[in-house]
Amino acid sequence: MYKHVIALVKKDLLLELRQQYTFYGVLLYVASSIFVLYLALQQPESDVWNGLFWIIQLFICVNAVAKSFLQETKGRMLYFYAIVGAQHFIIAKLLYNTFIMLLMSLISLVLFRALLGNPLINFWQFTGIVCMGSVSLSLVFTMLAAIAAKAQQQASLMAIMGFPIIIPQLLLLMRISKAGLGEAFQTGALADMVWLLCGLDVLVMVMAIILFPFLWKD
Amino acid sequence: MKKSWWKILCIVLLLYSLVGGLLLDVPHKKILNETIRNIYFHVPLWFGMMVLLTCSVIYSIKYLRKPDLLFDIYATAYARTGMLFGILGIITGAVWANYTWGKPWSNDIKQLGAAMALLIYAAYFVLRNSMTDIDKRARVGAVYNIFAFAMLFPALWIVPRLVESLHPGGAGNPGADPRDMDGRMRLIFWLGAVPGFILLGIWISTIIVRFRKIEDKNLLHV
Repeated sequence: MYKHVIALVKKDLLLELRQQYTFYGVLLYVASSIFVLYLALQQPESDVWNGLFWIIQLFICVNAVAKSFLQETKGRMLYFYAIVGAQHFIIAKLLYNTFIMLLMSLISLVLFRALLGNPLINFWQFTGIVCMGSVSLSLVFTMLAAIAAKAQQQASLMAIMGFPIIIPQLLLLMRISKAGLGEAFQTGALADMVWLLCGLDVLVMVMAIILFPFLWKD
Repeated sequence: MKKSWWKILCIVLLLYSLVGGLLLDVPHKKILNETIRNIYFHVPLWFGMMVLLTCSVIYSIKYLRKPDLLFDIYATAYARTGMLFGILGIITGAVWANYTWGKPWSNDIKQLGAAMALLIYAAYFVLRNSMTDIDKRARVGAVYNIFAFAMLFPALWIVPRLVESLHPGGAGNPGADPRDMDGRMRLIFWLGAVPGFILLGIWISTIIVRFRKIEDKNLLHV
């Protein structure tokens, strides 16, 4: 089982390394959107900074994850169908997208810090929250990309389906990340929210593993 | 007659809660005063929405276990009525909030949750309409329905407990609490309005299902 998953992740990584234009495309998307924000706002207040940061994460995630199922052509899907199980396939996609999203989030954090000022009181705590957030976002959007890949007009459908679904996680993340901006929380409140977020992540993974086999066969 | 007892029950219960809710005496609370009567209409609509959406998901699961188009028709019919109840719930809530909180919309976490639920189910219908193949549409729709439900319900039940809300049960709230209902109100609420509205929702859904059955007669193997 692990062998299949690792092989699939490796294949995605290799593809990424060989056809670098998609990776650099997303990277350029990150850089140019943050640059536009910088031109518009220069150094915003910490609340605005926080809000913008998460909204940009959301858009990056849609862009980075959307292609994960689009790049698989029909013939190649059929090939995967013949050699691996649906569960292996979705687990590999979840892992790979999480990895890519973590990378993009950290890059965008550095760019945000460099261009839009640094309101962060507790940089490392905020970095940890960013990692958690990018994992949550990428898991949800991987599942949605799998659904959207079955329908036409994938990219717009992903936004339509994804934005309402991600609202609770995004609200929680914006709330939690205020800890990194120096807001004091009631004792226990922060831990509660972090646990809730982790619970939601587990829920998404379980749902993806259960539901993906139904999307898979055509 | 034997089959329609629950429809008669539905009408009786709704009449009871309508007449009882508007005419019987209610406790006079600060700020709320007579608007407390809205609890017979606003809250049961949400209960109804939850029940209908749960029914919709149950039929989606049934469809994935056994691909019969009839289950898909049930699932969409319940989702549709659930959305209708959600819209009515938001409107009754906005009217109520206008008198008690001073404005119809105040970004309260439960209002946001309700708006989110409506957006999610609107996306469900958009997703379905984007596919032309009937079996694929039913299957992908069922998968999205289950996934969305699993994401939505924790958000509706858990997140409001972690942040402040204007709704009763939250901290710093000047309005009433469901616990403030007196015995007579509770009777109308739990015995009349809640089951009445749920039955009404199921009734509407079954009518939609019957209509769809006639429409898609040549697709169903019945």
